[in-house]
Amino acid sequence: MRVHAQRVGALLGGLSFPALSMADWTVNMTPGVTGTSNDIFDLHMTIFWICVVIGVVVFGIMFWSIFAHRKSQGAKPANFHENTLVEVLWTLIPLVILIVMAIPATTTLIDMYDTTESDVDIKVTGYQWKWQYEYINEDFGYFSNLTTPKDQINNRQAKGENYLLEVDNPMIIPVGKKVRFLLTANDVIHSWWVPDFGVKKDAIPGFINEAWTRVDKPGTYRGQCTELCGKDHGFMPVVVKAVPEDEYNTWVADQKAAAEKERELTQKDWTMEELMERGEKAYATACAACHQVDGSGAPPAFPALKGSAIATGDMAAHIDVVVNGVSGTAMQAFGGQLNEADLAAIITYERNAWGNKMGDMVTPKEIFDYKNQQ
Amino acid sequence: MSAVAGTHAQDHHHGPARGISRWLLTTNHKDIGSMYLIFSFTMFLLGGTMAMVIRAELFQPGLQIVQPEFFNQMTTMHGLIMVFGAVMPAFVGLANWMVPLMIGAPDMALPRMNNWSFWLLPCAFLILVSTLFMEGGAPNFGWTFYAPLSTTYGPPSTTFFIFAIHIMGVSSIMGAINVIATVLNMRAPGMTLMKMPMFVWTWLITAFLLIAVMPVLAGVVTMMLMDINFGTSFFNAAGGGDPVLFQHVFWFFGHPEVYIMILPAFGAISHIIPAFSRKKLFGYASMVYAVGAIALLSFLVWAHHMFTVGVPVAGQLFFMYATLLIAVPTGVKVFNWVATMFRGSLTFEAPMLFAIAFVILFTIGGFSGLMLAIAPADFQYHDTYFVVAHFHYVLVPGAIFGIFASAYFWLPKWTGHMYDETLAKTHFWLSFVGMNLAFFPMHFLGLAGMPRRIPDYALQFADFNMVSSVGAFMFGATQLLFLLIVVKCVKGGEKAAAKPWDGAEGLEWTLPSPAPYHTFSTPPEVK
Repeated sequence: MRVHAQRVGALLGGLSFPALSMADWTVNMTPGVTGTSNDIFDLHMTIFWICVVIGVVVFGIMFWSIFAHRKSQGAKPANFHENTLVEVLWTLIPLVILIVMAIPATTTLIDMYDTTESDVDIKVTGYQWKWQYEYINEDFGYFSNLTTPKDQINNRQAKGENYLLEVDNPMIIPVGKKVRFLLTANDVIHSWWVPDFGVKKDAIPGFINEAWTRVDKPGTYRGQCTELCGKDHGFMPVVVKAVPEDEYNTWVADQKAAAEKERELTQKDWTMEELMERGEKAYATACAACHQVDGSGAPPAFPALKGSAIATGDMAAHIDVVVNGVSGTAMQAFGGQLNEADLAAIITYERNAWGNKMGDMVTPKEIFDYKNQQ
Repeated sequence: MSAVAGTHAQDHHHGPARGISRWLLTTNHKDIGSMYLIFSFTMFLLGGTMAMVIRAELFQPGLQIVQPEFFNQMTTMHGLIMVFGAVMPAFVGLANWMVPLMIGAPDMALPRMNNWSFWLLPCAFLILVSTLFMEGGAPNFGWTFYAPLSTTYGPPSTTFFIFAIHIMGVSSIMGAINVIATVLNMRAPGMTLMKMPMFVWTWLITAFLLIAVMPVLAGVVTMMLMDINFGTSFFNAAGGGDPVLFQHVFWFFGHPEVYIMILPAFGAISHIIPAFSRKKLFGYASMVYAVGAIALLSFLVWAHHMFTVGVPVAGQLFFMYATLLIAVPTGVKVFNWVATMFRGSLTFEAPMLFAIAFVILFTIGGFSGLMLAIAPADFQYHDTYFVVAHFHYVLVPGAIFGIFASAYFWLPKWTGHMYDETLAKTHFWLSFVGMNLAFFPMHFLGLAGMPRRIPDYALQFADFNMVSSVGAFMFGATQLLFLLIVVKCVKGGEKAAAKPWDGAEGLEWTLPSPAPYHTFSTPPEVK
C-alpha cells in the first residue's frame, strides 16, 4: 500500500513538474521513519486520491459543459432544475466514502494515543525560545538552543546546510525503544514537531500532554516549533538523534556524571573573573534573546539591563527577579531553569557589564542558600 | 398615525442630501451599502499591503526587510483586517444593497441602526490600526490571539485591540439583527420563504450565525481584558486558569465565523451561475437545506482546529466525524452548481468567470479541508503552510472571488453603466494566475514541513517561497485594476439596461438601472 502510494506520488510529482522534479522541489509529504508516520502517510495518500477522483468527475462534467454547452456554439438551455434520485445519490455516495475513510483514521488515531508501556520517558518543556529535555528516570536534563549564527540569519554569512534546524544539544533517543514524551511549557504555548516521526503535540503551560514514538532507523531528525510563541517562534528548532542502544546507554552515563559535576560547582569558591567569564556565556544563551547581548533590551516588553534600577540596585531584589521572575510579565523564573553556578554568574555579570559598575558579586553557594530559604 | 403622515412626504421624490451629511447621516440602504463596500475595499488594500510585506520578507531565506517582532504584527493585522475589515463588511454591504431590492422592500427594517452599525466600523479600525504606532507595537500574537501569548505576554496595545474587537462585534450584531428583521418582516406579498432568492436565504442564515457567535467572541476578549488589567486568571495556568479554555471559546466563535465569511458568497454564486447558464438553479430546495445543515454543523466541529492540543481520543473522534460530515452538504452545493451549468447555454462575462473559478478553487480548498479533517493526518498538517494554503483557497477564490463576482454582476444596477468587460476579464485572469501561483505552492511547503507564522525558514523551502511571493505580488498589484474598473464604471460607460444579463432573474432586475434612490415604495406582487 505504502510503496504504491509512494510510487504514485512520485509519478504525480514527476508528471506535474517534469522540468522541476530534478531540483529540490518536494511536493508531497514524506513517509517518515516510524510506524505512526507511515500510517499517517497512507491516510494522507488515500484521502488525496479520493479527492483527486471526485475532482476529476466533478470538474470533468463542468469542463464538458463549458466546452459543449456554450451559447456561442448555439447551445439551447435545457429546463430541468431538480431530480430527486440524483440528489439523493450525491448525498449518500459521499457519505459512504467518508465512512470508509473514517475507519482507518480511527484505528491510527487510537494507536497514536496509546502511550502505555514506554521504555524511555522524556519530559519536553517549551520556553521562549528553546526546548528543555529532562530524562525523568535518569535524573538529568538540559536545554536545546538554536546554534545558527546571527550573521547567517542577517545575511552577512553564507547559510549552512542545516540553517535554522541546528541546535547545541539535540535530544538523544535509543532506536527500537518506545519513547514517551511528556510535554509542557513554562511560558506560552509551544508545539513540538518532528515530521519524520509523525509526532506533533502542543506544549501548554499547566498541562502535561503525552505522545510517543519508536524509531528503528538511526539518524538525525529535524523539526520546528509549530505554535506561534512570540518573537523567535521561527528560531527554536527540534533536533532528535536516534542512536543504537549501547551508544545511548554510554551517553546517559556520561550525562549523569556531568550533572553530578555541575552540582559540585555550587560548593566551589568562585572568583569575580570566573563568574564574569561564565556569566557572559550563560547570559548569551539564557538572557540575550530578550535583553540583547549589549543589555539594551527591547522595551517595553523587555527592559534594558544597562543602567537599570534592578541591575544597579539592591542585590537581594536583583536575585529575586532572576530566580523568581516577575509575575504578569515576560520575565520568567529562572530558578528552576538554571543551576546555581549559572544564576550567580549571570547576576554578577549583569551588575558589572556594559558600564554597570557595581563591583559586587554573588556566589553559587549564596544562591543555593537563597533558594533553600524560600 | 405616523404612517399616514409619512405618505405625504414620500410623494415628493426626494433624493440624497447634499455634502458630507449625506454620508454621515444617511439611513438609505443603498448609500450605506456603498459605504460598506468602499470601506471594505480600503481595508482589503491595507490588509493586502501587509500581505505584501510578509511575502517580501519570505521571498528569500534570512531576515531582509523586517524584524521578527514586526513580522508577527504584520501576520496578525493582515488576518484581523482581512477577516473583520474586508470580507465581513463587503458581505454586509452587498446585503444592504441587494436584500431590499431582492425581496421588494423599500429599505432595511432598521435604517438608523444601519447607519450606526456602519459608522462604528471606521472607529473600530482606526483604533486597531493605531496600535501599529503605539509603544510596543501592534498585536503580534496571530489573528487567533491564543492566550497566554496574548494576555500575560501581549504588548500593551492589546487592550486597544480588545476594545476594537468589541466595537466590531457590536457593529456585526446590529447588522445581523437588521438583516433578520428585514427578511422576516418586509418581503413582498407572495414571497414565501421557499421562494426567497438564495442570496437572501444564505444571508438570513449567516445573520443567525453572527448573532450566535459574535457574543462568544466578545466574551473571550472580555476574559482577556480581565486577565490583563484586573488580575483574573481565566487563561493563566499559574493562577488556576486554563489556556486551552481560550481555544475552545475562540473556536466556538471561529468555526461558524468561517461560514459567515462564505455562505453569502454561496448565495451570490447561486444567482450568477444560473444567469450566465440561462437555466434555473438546480435543486433550489436542497441548496437551502444544505446551507442550513452547514450552519448547524458549524457549531459542532470547533475542536478540529485543536487536534494537537491534547483533546481526549473520544473527543478527537467526535470532532473528526462531525467535520467529515460537513463535506456532504458542501458537496451537494457544488454538485448543484455543476448541474446548473450542465446543458445550459453558457457565456463567460466577468461575473461568470469569477463564479466558475469560485466553484473550482473553493472545491480545491474543500478537498484540503477534507484532508485536514482526518485527525491523524492533521498531526502532520497542523500549523504548517498546508493550513495556510487551505484557508486561503477557501477565502481568496471563495469569499473574495465571490465578492468580485457579485460586484461585476450588480455594478450595472448600482451605477447605471456597464463596466469595461475587457479590463474586467484582465482583472480576472491576472487574479486567477496570481492567486494560484501564490497559494498552490503553499500546499507543497506545508507537506514538506514548513510551519506557519515564521519570518525565516530552512533552505529547502526557498524555491516555492519565491514562487509564492511572485504570485502574491502579481495578485496584489492586480487589485488596483479593480479600483480603476469600478471608478471608470461609476463615472460613465455604456448605459446599462434594467436587466443587463439576459439570463438573470429576480426583483432587482425589474428596477431601472441605476436603481433610483428610493425603490419599492409600493411592494411588488410575487406570484
